Amino acid sequence: MKRIELTINGDLYRRDVHEHRTLLHVLREEIGLTGTKEGCGAGECGACTVIVDGLALNSCLVLAVEADGTEIETVEGESKDGELSGVQQAFDRHHAVQCGFCTPGMLMTIKDLLRRKPKPSRAEIIEGIEGNFCRCTGYEQIIEAVLDATGQLEEKGEIKHA
Amino acid sequence: MLERIPAAELRYVGKRTPRIDAKEKLTGQATYVSDMVMAGMLYARVKTSPHARARIVKIETEAARKLPGVRAVVIGEELDYRVGLYVVDKAILAKNEVRHYGEAVAAVAADSIEIAQQAVDLIEVVYEVLTPVLHPLDALKDDAPLVHPKLGEYDYMEAAFTPKPGTNIANHTKLRKGDPEAAFEQAEWTIEREYTNPSVQHVPMETHVAIVKWGYGDQVTIWSSAQSPFTLRNLFCTAFRLPHRNVRVVVPHVGGGFGGKAGIGIEPLVAVLSKKAGGAPVKLTATREQEFSLLPCRSQLTYRIKTGVSKDGKILAQQMTMYWDSGAYADYAVNVTRASGYSAGGPYEIPNAQVDAYTIYTNKPFGTAYRGFGHVEFHWGLERHMDLVAKAIGMDPLEFRKYNALREGSTSLTGEKIRAHTGNINKCLEAAENAVGYGTLSDAERQREAATGMKIGKAVVGLHKAPAMPPFTATAVILRMNEDGSVTATLTLTDYGQGTYTSIAQMIAERLGFPLEKVKIAFESDTDHDPYDWQTVASKGLLLSGNAAILAAEDLLKNAYDVAAQALRAQICDLDHDGEKIFVRHHPESAVSFRQLAIGYCYPNGNSIGGPLIGVGRYIAQGLTHLDKETGQGLPALDWTYGAHGMIVEVDKHTGEYNVLKVASVFDVGKVINPDAVRGQAIGGMLQGLGTATCEGYIYDEQGHLLNPSFTDNKIPTAKDLPLEVEAISVETPQVDGPYGARGVGEHSMIAVAAALGNALQNATGAQITHMPLRFEDVWRAIQRREPVDNWITKSPHGSCKSAPEIQRHGGEC
Ligand code: FES
Ligand code: FES
Repeated sequence: MKRIELTINGDLYRRDVHEHRTLLHVLREEIGLTGTKEGCGAGECGACTVIVDGLALNSCLVLAVEADGTEIETVEGESKDGELSGVQQAFDRHHAVQCGFCTPGMLMTIKDLLRRKPKPSRAEIIEGIEGNFCRCTGYEQIIEAVLDATGQLEEKGEIKHA
Repeated sequence: MLERIPAAELRYVGKRTPRIDAKEKLTGQATYVSDMVMAGMLYARVKTSPHARARIVKIETEAARKLPGVRAVVIGEELDYRVGLYVVDKAILAKNEVRHYGEAVAAVAADSIEIAQQAVDLIEVVYEVLTPVLHPLDALKDDAPLVHPKLGEYDYMEAAFTPKPGTNIANHTKLRKGDPEAAFEQAEWTIEREYTNPSVQHVPMETHVAIVKWGYGDQVTIWSSAQSPFTLRNLFCTAFRLPHRNVRVVVPHVGGGFGGKAGIGIEPLVAVLSKKAGGAPVKLTATREQEFSLLPCRSQLTYRIKTGVSKDGKILAQQMTMYWDSGAYADYAVNVTRASGYSAGGPYEIPNAQVDAYTIYTNKPFGTAYRGFGHVEFHWGLERHMDLVAKAIGMDPLEFRKYNALREGSTSLTGEKIRAHTGNINKCLEAAENAVGYGTLSDAERQREAATGMKIGKAVVGLHKAPAMPPFTATAVILRMNEDGSVTATLTLTDYGQGTYTSIAQMIAERLGFPLEKVKIAFESDTDHDPYDWQTVASKGLLLSGNAAILAAEDLLKNAYDVAAQALRAQICDLDHDGEKIFVRHHPESAVSFRQLAIGYCYPNGNSIGGPLIGVGRYIAQGLTHLDKETGQGLPALDWTYGAHGMIVEVDKHTGEYNVLKVASVFDVGKVINPDAVRGQAIGGMLQGLGTATCEGYIYDEQGHLLNPSFTDNKIPTAKDLPLEVEAISVETPQVDGPYGARGVGEHSMIAVAAALGNALQNATGAQITHMPLRFEDVWRAIQRREPVDNWITKSPHGSCKSAPEIQRHGGEC
C-alpha cells in the first residue's frame, strides 16, 4: 500500500492504494468516478483515456502510484455548472453518441487535441481520435461534431432522400 | 398503424431530434452494469479451457478454496443445469469434456478481483487432449468425432428446427420452391461457385458483465448488460427450473450489443457462484480475451450457389447450400441458419429454388446472433455471385440486378407475395448508382488515377432482410401520466445505442400532441416493473414497440377523455386537447388540465373520480406463420427492408493495397423517424461491415487454439478506416403496418458491404476473391491469380475457398 494524492478535476483525493493497481482501477473502483470506462485493459481501445498533467493517456496502462501528485482531468469535469462544454454540446447535436461507452474517453482525447490544435482539420481530427475505438457510430458524426465545435463545419451532415 | 399524416403536419416524427440519452452519456453519468457496485459484492473470475477438445480427467480446486478471501469455487461436475436458446445443449461449466478453446471449466467468487484471479490460477485441470473437429465440412464426414454424442436427448424447439442425432448437424433448414430441376434444364447458363467467411467477434466496447444475487427462498436478481431482459429471464428460469416470478432481470445502460448480448450468457454461471457464496451479489466482467472465446461470435459460413439463367438474363433457378459453423453450441446459429435459409436469394425473384442450410457443430467458440443475423455472411457470397453471373452472361451487373429484382407481384422464396408497399429495391439501387456515378469515371477520378497510379473501381450491390423472429413476437408499452401532466413510458425493448427510445419518444409526443420535453422513456428495464418484450434483436423494435407506444398513447388519451367528459359534463365526441388540457371544442374555456386529471380528478367539494392515468399498448406481429419444415413455405417476414450500397475504391495493382473512396448506403426505411439516428445507423453499420470486409476474423491453429483474441491481432476499424466520403440516403415506401410507416434499419447497413468491396476491387483489377475479409495480401494474391490461402485455420491442408467458378453454357461455348 502506498499513499497517493491525485487532483482530479480540481478536487484533491488522498488514497492508500496497492502498488499494482492501475490509475483506471483507482479512479473507477476506489474513487468512484465511473465515467471513465474500461474497454480492454490493455492499452488498445482508448475507452479509459484521461488527461494527466495535460497529456491524454490510457489510464489502464498507468499505475496509480505513478500518477501520484498529478492533475487529472476526466469526463466528470467536462461540463461546468450544469452546462455542457462546447464539444459535448456538439456531440449532442450531431448524434455523436450511441451506446456511449467510448464517449468519455473520446471526449478526453478531443480535449487534448483541441488544446494542441484549436482548429484541427478533418484529417487531424481523424489522426487525433485514431486510438479511440467506437464500434457504434462509424466516427463520421463524431468528426462532424468536432468540426462544428471548432466553428469549421460547412455543411451539416444529413441523410438525403432519394 | 400507418397514419397518413402529411409531413408538414408532423411536429416530431421525421424531425431532427437529439437523443434523449445523450447528455447522461456525455457527462459520464449514465450507469452501466460495469459501473455498478453493491454492498457485500464479490468478484468472479473464470478458468477457461486451453484446448479445443479434451476430456476433463480431474479438476483440483483444494488450493483455490483455501485461499483467504475466496467465497465460492464451482466446477461443472457439481451442476445439473443445461441452457440453450433453441437447442438445450450447453452446461453452465464444461462437464466431462471441453468443446472449444476458451470454454469455462471452473469459476471463483472472492473478496477482490485479484484474489479471484489468484484462486483461478491455483485451480489445476488435468485434460486428456482429443482431436478436435474444426471445419464444418470435416464435421459432416462419417468418421468425424461427434461434438454432441447425446444430441438426440436434448430438448429443442421442434416447430422450427431439425437436429440430426448421431451427426454434427444441429439443424437442417430446407426450402423448396417451384421445380428447380426442370428450370436448370431450361437454363441457357448454369453458374456455380462457393464463397466463405470466417467467424467474427461483435466487439461491443463494454464486454459482457453481470451481477447476480441469489437471495433467500431462491429469489434471484440479475443485473446484466443484456439486450433481451425477458428472454434472459425465461431461459434462466428454464435452466434452473425456477418460477418466473422468482427472477428479476434489470438492464441499465448497455455499452453496445450487436446481437452478442441477445440471449443468455454469463448470468447462470454468476448465479451459481452467488448461490454458493450464500447469496452475496457476485459480479463477473468478461475480459476482452474472454469476449472473443468464452462468449460467442458470429458463425463462419461456406455458401455454395448454383444459378440457372435464361438467354435474356432472367434467373430461372437457384440452388443454395449453406454450411454454417455453429461452433460448440447451437445458440442462435440454428436460427441464423433458418433466417438465412429463407432469405438466401437476396432481393431478387427466383422462381425455382432449393435451399439446404445446415448448422454444424465444431470444436470452436460458438456462433450467435450478430447484426445482420446471417445476412452479412451470405450476402457476401450472393452479391459476389450476382456479379459473376452477370459478367459470365455478358450483362452489366447492376442491370442484371435490376432486371431480376423483386417487385410488386413477385413471390419471395417462401411464397410471400411482394406488394408495392413492401418496399422498392430498384429505387435503392438507382440511388446508389447515382451517388457513386456507377459505370463511368468522372474527370476528377481520371485525374486521380493518373496522379496516384491507382486503379479506381465501382460497384453497386443490393440487400434485403426481414426480422428473424417467431410469428408470435410481441411487445407492450405502458405510459403513465405524472402529477404534472408529463408522461413516462416503460418498455423492455432495450436501447443499447440504436436510438430507438428517442424515436419512440418522438412518436409518443406526436400521437399525444404533447411537447417532446413532456415525454420520458425510462432507460433502465426491469422485468419486475416493466411490460414484456420478446427480445431486442432483428431490427423489429421500432416497428413493434413503436406501434405499442402509439397504442399506449391512444389508450392514455381515451382514459383521460373519459374522466374529462365527466368533469366537464360534456360528450367525448365534443372534446379535444392540446399539450396542457382537454377542452370542449366549441367552448374552449370549458377545460380541464392534464395536471388535474393525472392522478384522478377532484371536484371542488373533494369528490374524486378517475384515478392515476395509465395507457397500455400491446402489439403482436400480425399474420405470420411457421415455415413448413420440408418446403420452407410460409410467411416469416414482419417486413422487408431493402437497401443498396454503392462503393468506389482505388487499388494499387502492384501491391493489392486499396482505399475506399466513397460508400453511399441507401435503405427503404418506410419513413424516417429521426434523420440523424438513421444516418448514425447507416454509417455505423456500414463501417462495421467494412471491418468484416477488410480485416476482422478469427484465426485458429490446427489444434483449434484461437490465435487472435485481442485488438492487437484482431483489428477493428478506427477513424482512419472511414471511407473518404460517406453518404446515407433514405427511400420512403411506407410500411402499412409500421408506426408512421416506418420499418427497421439497424442491421441492414452492415449487409453486403463486403460484397461491394469485393466487386469494386474486381472491377478495378480483375481480382477474383471469394473469401472475406479482403486483406491487402489477399487482393495481391488474387491479382497475381494465385490460389487463395486459407489461413483461417493455419496450415490447414485444405483451403476452404474455391475461387474457380464453374460456368457452363448449354449447347454453346463457355
Ligand atoms: S481500457 Fe485502456 S486502452 Fe482499452
Ligand atoms: S458510441 Fe458505442 S462505442 Fe462509441
